[in-house]
Amino acid sequence: MSGRQWRQLGKGLAFVSPWLAGFCLFMALPIGMSLYYSLCDYSLLKGPLFVGLENYAELIWRRDPLGRVGDPVFYQSLWNTMRYAAMALPAGMLVSLGLALLLNAGIGGQSIYRTIIFLPSLVPVVASAMLWMWLFRADPKQGLINGVLEMLGVTGPSWLADKTWAMPSLALMSLWGVGHTVVIYLAGLQDVPRELYEAAEIDGAGLWRRLWHVTIPMISPVIFFNLVMGIIGTLQVFAVPYIMTGGGPERTTYFFTMYLYDNAFNYLKMGHASAMAWIQLVLILLLTGAAFWSSRRWVHYQGK
Amino acid sequence: MATGSGKLDGRRLSVGQRLLAHLALAMVCVGFGLPFVWMLSTSLKTLDKTAEYPPRFVPSPVQWNNYAQVVHHPKMDFLAFARNTLIVAVLSVAGTTASSAVVAYGFARIRFRGRGALFALMLSTMMIPFPVTMVSLFAIFRFLGDHGMGQWLGTFKPLWVPAWFGSAFSIFLLRQFFMTIPEELSEAARIDGCSEVGIFLRIILPLSRPALAVVALFTFMWAWNDFLGPLVYIQDQSQYTLSLGLQTFQSMHGGAQWHLLMAASVMVVTPVVVLFFLAQRTFIQGIATTGIKG
Repeated sequence: MSGRQWRQLGKGLAFVSPWLAGFCLFMALPIGMSLYYSLCDYSLLKGPLFVGLENYAELIWRRDPLGRVGDPVFYQSLWNTMRYAAMALPAGMLVSLGLALLLNAGIGGQSIYRTIIFLPSLVPVVASAMLWMWLFRADPKQGLINGVLEMLGVTGPSWLADKTWAMPSLALMSLWGVGHTVVIYLAGLQDVPRELYEAAEIDGAGLWRRLWHVTIPMISPVIFFNLVMGIIGTLQVFAVPYIMTGGGPERTTYFFTMYLYDNAFNYLKMGHASAMAWIQLVLILLLTGAAFWSSRRWVHYQGK
Repeated sequence: MATGSGKLDGRRLSVGQRLLAHLALAMVCVGFGLPFVWMLSTSLKTLDKTAEYPPRFVPSPVQWNNYAQVVHHPKMDFLAFARNTLIVAVLSVAGTTASSAVVAYGFARIRFRGRGALFALMLSTMMIPFPVTMVSLFAIFRFLGDHGMGQWLGTFKPLWVPAWFGSAFSIFLLRQFFMTIPEELSEAARIDGCSEVGIFLRIILPLSRPALAVVALFTFMWAWNDFLGPLVYIQDQSQYTLSLGLQTFQSMHGGAQWHLLMAASVMVVTPVVVLFFLAQRTFIQGIATTGIKG
């Protein structure tokens, strides 16, 4: 490298050094440490003791005396998280895209509608948890949802207190916070060149065909972005079930991150918690990797 | 943002279709808005009026006193929680905005070897959620405390000190913005003998106020919202943030006192809503840029 290049390198590194230092201290170091801790018996009270793959074995593949593979609570928390993702993710993507399309139709009143739809996504998570616990109360005298259902002659379920309904309740509630995604879609929709629609119209394409053959492909990068963010977000859901259900009833809403948290700070099994942190990391990499891999088939970037 | 020009896929809709779209949006808005109204309404009811069928939206009598009861609660010092939250939020906003701007300038305006790779690395850290690093960070902060490097656990430091090392999201957003500022401006200043730091401070920063506002706003929202961070690091109730305080308040009362709980929730939500109405454009444009350029 020439002298000028060295100077540039020095200058560049000087400017990015805050992030670089932070990355080493608050990202690389903890991730590395949790890899080591995940191979240790570590209770925070005593120092870590190396035990090899013991934690992973207990969580994932060791058979217990009853012949069950791995830690049933671990698998249940993983299964619950996946179940939630399978409900909340597609529902959220569909609802937000649908709302964005409606808002983009240019029928007037857009800014009022948009504001009302966007506002709930700003509500701090603890406050929205409080509010929805109140709305989901089973007694129609208290819970607004069951109160309204009762007026319509329907007896509502007991939502969060019901084994079958607790998880769908949380997914339903997540739709209330979809406004953030709607705004992202709206911005994407407004970037679609008008000429494309005009051309499609001249070719005789109706509303649905234009949606399917023009709009969706043109905003596919935005859909992809929201999908990846959604995957990462749903895998780490914690506060809402922690506050609203505590994981119940009968652990039906006990999420992956809740078990990780409990292992670390309630059972003081830092080794187990660290192993779970690494499993979570690998899962995120695998799932986003799969999303990126599939994106080659359905995401269209405009040639730039 | 483009204003409505009567287009869905570029073609004017029939009157029937427009009505249908309005109807659908209006219904959605009722669904999205009612919970707010209900929260406000419950917060102004007396305890016995919180259990009523059919549901009543207009409280009578209007019980303003609920708010006073929350503020002067014997076991919960909500004013202290608000102050704590503000301390963490302000320090986080200052730290994130300042440090992210410096780093973003390096990524946007200085050509150096390995810049692309470093930037890609930074972007990839956005995928790593807090739970992955939470356990080890806790151990690190405990280690620092045990080895004479200041008390960390049980203080606000774990919540705001990392902010001073930039956040990947903010760096990304600011870098995108800096890239749109014409290079000629920097060149002209450089010919006039301005240093790199001078260019950053006197040319780039003043031109980037909208983007800096987005970063400040989002960081504030994030700090105001955060629950897991304070839950892990804060131990003493006198140091609770609003999120933590509200949750403790709820678990203390179990399934009762919903009028007070809603009053407390309204107080936590109100600043955010006010902020939104003061800075609506900043919010919407900030979110829009992150989505598109992602």
